[in-house]
Amino acid sequence: MLECRSSMTDLSGLRRKWRLAMLLFAMVFCMPAMAAGSAVPGSTLPWWFWPMALFVTCFLIGIVAVPAGIGGGTLFVPIIGGFFPFHLDFVRGAGLLVALASALAAAPMLLRSGLSSLRLALPLALLASISSVAGALLGLALPASLIQTALGLIVLGIVALMLMAKKSEFPVVERPDRLSSALGIHGVFIDGASGKTIDWQVHRTPVGLVLFLAIGVMAGMFGIGAGWANVPALNLLMGVPLKVSAGTSGLVLSLVDSSAAWVYINRGAVLPMVAVPSVVGMMLGARIGARLLHVLKGAVIRKMVITLLLFAGIRALLKGLGVWV
Amino acid sequence: MSLHAKEPAGTQADAQRYAKLLDWGTRLGLIALVISFSAYLFELLPPHVPVSQLPQVWGLPAKAFLEQTQTPTGWGWLALASRGDLSNLIGIALLAGCSLPPLIALIPWYLRRRDRAYAVVCAGIALVLLLAASGTLTGGH
Repeated sequence: MLECRSSMTDLSGLRRKWRLAMLLFAMVFCMPAMAAGSAVPGSTLPWWFWPMALFVTCFLIGIVAVPAGIGGGTLFVPIIGGFFPFHLDFVRGAGLLVALASALAAAPMLLRSGLSSLRLALPLALLASISSVAGALLGLALPASLIQTALGLIVLGIVALMLMAKKSEFPVVERPDRLSSALGIHGVFIDGASGKTIDWQVHRTPVGLVLFLAIGVMAGMFGIGAGWANVPALNLLMGVPLKVSAGTSGLVLSLVDSSAAWVYINRGAVLPMVAVPSVVGMMLGARIGARLLHVLKGAVIRKMVITLLLFAGIRALLKGLGVWV
Repeated sequence: MSLHAKEPAGTQADAQRYAKLLDWGTRLGLIALVISFSAYLFELLPPHVPVSQLPQVWGLPAKAFLEQTQTPTGWGWLALASRGDLSNLIGIALLAGCSLPPLIALIPWYLRRRDRAYAVVCAGIALVLLLAASGTLTGGH
């Protein structure tokens, strides 16, 4: 009884901290938005304002992104591309590095805790890595306004996907497919929230592999990582438990984004003053986010992420169309 | 064929090995990034593009930025790695490449266990990463 009360107190304490973090996020998120009007050459703001605002924003994105299983880049590109003065090329380059850093920071911890499956991630990452390089090359060849508009549409599509798609904490897979059986893709994890031990296996692996080819192209083209697509593909299509999907998605992202990031580095689309404060902030935030993955309810995470994405998606679309520049 | 007993994924030896190497690589990249960025901010190393001039060029497309600031593409930055801003690319390259050592380390590990499929998958991902980094696929050279 006492243990139960203690864990309830811990949980409510964590939720209070979580709400506080979200409030801080909203405040920091509004700061560059309000300053965006003067974010043009000749701005009265000192140069250091933007790297500092980037650092704080990315720290908070990092906390939110890992438990949501969407990768930091998904939030980073529309928010920074919409409200900061940097060209979209540099934002996408930094976005890939941010998604990569977020995934790298969390991956070792998730692997050790059993929330990420190496055997599930590696075959998917092979195909997605190849296609992400193609996507990055295509993205850097297209005009920025077209990419910004497409980004807005994709982000709003992600919101629709998150609102409509049913998520299953523990999907039932009656029988694994031949490929996953041959590759030995299955596992057991202990759910920290309920204390249950969950056996899992996967099905529809060939379809999943094809889907990850398409996901790789989008990750490279928009620099947004691909956790938003990885998690539904793993959870709803392949039948992986939701938390293992989120954890494995991070591992896939760490490999896919590495491949695409090299394209941006080689093409000079990585500006250290944009990338480094973003990466450091995201890595620090992601470490906290990975710890929260065990204790937070999926529904709470989803609601907050949907709200943030909706706002960022509308902004990206309007900016791309020249309505709200 | 089932190469893994049904045990929590985190206790599997391949995952542990991968996690350990990835963790070290990530830490190394992050440390390099923090040191080089501090040197850049506090002007311990002279920058290629002065920070005060950045607001005039960070709104340009990458191609125009490179032309205006005479910054090289591909691995050309290595020759200018003593400049504060470009020295940050060392840490960025370490982070973008830190998945390579764990992938390469797993190849002989899987081969010893006759898990050829996963040895090939690891080699494939490592090859994609190497080709992307070399600039062969990306036209960076």
